[in-house]
Amino acid sequence: MLRALLGRWRSSLRLLRPAHVEADHAKISVTQLGHRYGNKVVALQDVDLNVRSGELVCLLGPSGCGKSTLLYALAGHVQPTGGTVSIDGQRISGPGPDRLLMFQEAALFPWLTVRGNITFALAARGVPRSERKERADQYIRRVQLQGFEETLPHQLSGGMKMRASLARALAVDPTVLLMDEPFGSLDAQTRIHMQELLQSIWMRTHKTIVFVTHDVHEALMLGTRVVLMAPRPGRIVRDLEVHLPMPRHPEDAALTEMVRHVQGLLREVERNTLPEVMPPRAAAPAASSPPLPASGLPRPAR
Amino acid sequence: MKRDAPLKNYAQKLGLLVLLLGLWEGLSRLGIWSPYLFPGPVTVSKSLWSMAADGRLLDATLRSLGRLGRAYLVSVAIGVPLGLLMARLAFFRNAVKPVVMGLQALPSICWLPLALLWFGLTDTSILFVVVMGSVLGIAIATEDSVQGVDPQLLRVASTLGVRGLRFQFGVLLPAALPGIVTGLKLGWSFAWRALLAGELLFVSGGLGQLLTVGRELMDVPQVMAVMVAIILIGITVDRVFFQTVEGRLRRRWGLEGAM
Repeated sequence: MLRALLGRWRSSLRLLRPAHVEADHAKISVTQLGHRYGNKVVALQDVDLNVRSGELVCLLGPSGCGKSTLLYALAGHVQPTGGTVSIDGQRISGPGPDRLLMFQEAALFPWLTVRGNITFALAARGVPRSERKERADQYIRRVQLQGFEETLPHQLSGGMKMRASLARALAVDPTVLLMDEPFGSLDAQTRIHMQELLQSIWMRTHKTIVFVTHDVHEALMLGTRVVLMAPRPGRIVRDLEVHLPMPRHPEDAALTEMVRHVQGLLREVERNTLPEVMPPRAAAPAASSPPLPASGLPRPAR
Repeated sequence: MKRDAPLKNYAQKLGLLVLLLGLWEGLSRLGIWSPYLFPGPVTVSKSLWSMAADGRLLDATLRSLGRLGRAYLVSVAIGVPLGLLMARLAFFRNAVKPVVMGLQALPSICWLPLALLWFGLTDTSILFVVVMGSVLGIAIATEDSVQGVDPQLLRVASTLGVRGLRFQFGVLLPAALPGIVTGLKLGWSFAWRALLAGELLFVSGGLGQLLTVGRELMDVPQVMAVMVAIILIGITVDRVFFQTVEGRLRRRWGLEGAM
């Protein structure tokens, strides 16, 4: 009995291996990122993160760990008070067409139909008029919304709205897709459907996705990598690669076991007893960095 | 709002109307007041009919509505852009908005003496009063509804890279449109009031003058008949035009079901 448990524990450890990504192989490279809101709350401190092209990275952590702030910094909607974010070696300084942010709400334009929402976004990205409709319909099919092209957002259910929003995001074809708890407001059943849909889309396109969630199961279901964050100050405490083949099933035994393991880690994070095992930067000059004034958008209201 | 039993709804409305008319007719027949000063609905509707038959009513109505239409177009053409500017530019928000708010506190008819001095006894004076009566309300309502646009939509527009004119006319304006239309409706009722107040005061050939003439001739039925006509026109424009537009817009925007 005990041995069986131990065996499973080991197997979940084997499936979750620490990730080490060199900065020069990375699509997204975050170095020494720090952010303070109103010069007081330390939302992020000394965050280093390298994301390879085609990875689906889940940022996981309790509230206040700065996972959303990190995502908004990647999007360029937050100007961090310290450190740099680079995409393909280019340092970013604001929102750009290579990145797209998706929110917890579907945020469709209510006066446009499902197709209209997508063609409008395509028009803003300079896609020629003749291609817009076809491309919109292609992505509507991909999220299984065919038959609802001419439907207005308020006539759709929550899950369908989210699918339309996902279609819009994918149609625009950003090199990096940033998702801020996009399924957080859906009911459990719809949520699983959306996760399976996102998983199948990712398997087909291998888009680079950074996905913020506080749901351990969701992180392990979707992520090729799970980055565990801790609050006060917001920082990364574990960076794990998930070696579980896709497509994953929500009730998979190994998945469940990993969920239990990561939940244990999270509990320790909350009790602040988790030993730091992140590769320590040689005497990081964190304390000496001057407190720059905070700027950029505040965290959006929920 | 429940949409069941519309028939019952109408029956109730009609019932009350008939009851009130009956009460009015009864009171006038009791003879407490002189029938010249307190005619019943029958006399009033006869007067209304005679005015309609000899074309006086139509003439005055067309004249008033023509004036209103011109002034209202000017109000919209100034008010909506002014509201947009107040919502979007710091200078307009900080400096112009307080002035607009202050002037809005002035009842529109107070502009008439000034208008008479500036423009004389002309149509322009009335147009001026009507414009001053409605333009500020429209500007404030527009500013309000642009400020009240869902910040989520602004964020999504920003991440989708919607900028410039496409943002102003493709996101901001449609997002604010239901609020702007409500403001236009309000502006219309302000304009309608200001117009009649202006028309009452001098020879103008509109509905207001028809009222004044009735008073001068001691023709109470005519005064009441014109009042009824004014009410009917007001309701018609409000119901037929604005309610329809507003209702459609709000339904399409998904703000609510039936109005």
